[in-house]
Amino acid sequence: MRETDTALADRPRLQWRTAEVVRVIDETPRVRSLVLSVPGWPAHRAGQHVDVRLTAADGYQAQRSYSIASAPEAPQLTLTVERIDDGEVSPYLATEARAGDRFEVRGPIGGYFVWTAALGGPLLLIAGGSGIAPLMAMLRHRAVAASDVPSVLIYSSRTFADIIYREELDRMAALSDGPRVFHTLTRQQPAGWSGGARRIDREMLAEVAIAPGRHPRAFVCGPTSLVEQAARSLLALGHTANRIKTERFGPTGA
Amino acid sequence: MSLDQTSTPAAPLDGNAAAGLLQEVFVFDATSATVTCGGCGATAQVGSAVLYGGAMGTVLRCAHCDTPVLRLARTPTGLWLDMQGARSLMIPNDPQA
Repeated sequence: MRETDTALADRPRLQWRTAEVVRVIDETPRVRSLVLSVPGWPAHRAGQHVDVRLTAADGYQAQRSYSIASAPEAPQLTLTVERIDDGEVSPYLATEARAGDRFEVRGPIGGYFVWTAALGGPLLLIAGGSGIAPLMAMLRHRAVAASDVPSVLIYSSRTFADIIYREELDRMAALSDGPRVFHTLTRQQPAGWSGGARRIDREMLAEVAIAPGRHPRAFVCGPTSLVEQAARSLLALGHTANRIKTERFGPTGA
Repeated sequence: MSLDQTSTPAAPLDGNAAAGLLQEVFVFDATSATVTCGGCGATAQVGSAVLYGGAMGTVLRCAHCDTPVLRLARTPTGLWLDMQGARSLMIPNDPQA
């Protein structure tokens, strides 16, 4: 072992651990959730992510970061992965991985894009596509913690079939103290659609987001263009910069 | 969130995408710390800095003036941390506040 390895080994909170796929959930045609069993996994906070490392037979390693979608209270760790055709890691995770497969994870990572029920609200969540994952961890945590902080989710998907966690979000929204969920579909809307029908913009946020005067904590996650548009719009509407936290996806998505 | 550490993304990410790498260096969560830019004096949480990442290393730039406030590079010799562009780093007692 080299000296640098020894020094790093003194930080047990960030060690590679073996994750085993327990179950795979097909969320949409392009998105799957992997439910993982990770022995020794320390409790995470909603919004944190993990690093995933895949090692090929020839020793080649590829590493990616994925947001945790499960609540901290859940017994197993869930990652939600969108298939990116030219990606190195996501094609395996989003199409090939099956129950019993093993790979390495380390984490939980990050304390910036994090919400706990103790922080309070109101909570303003804005997501695009699979950017919903860390925000879903927050909503699931909110539900398990029986938090009643006023919460609004504004969620942009391409089509109705691309909405991740649609039924679970419907169930949450139907509860009397559940979050308000506003969907917008940017490419195609089903007949009789009552939600939004364009990309998230200032006008939409002015209409459906929590007003700046109520000082919500805003978390925005999704593709770069959506995150920048939403963050700019929130600032223009009078939300304060230090209450807006963003997490951009890379240009190739997950 | 997706910091691909095997290729160089064309578009920047947020500083919090480097949290894993920073956690190899710092005993605290560096993305919750406040960095004062050595270029313009602006203060911001490290997690909100502009991140450019790739195989050659990771650069966090000030969102206001583009000064690189923190650079990380992994070489065969070790992990390099260059904070020449940062005037200070404030680690809060309560990272959640």
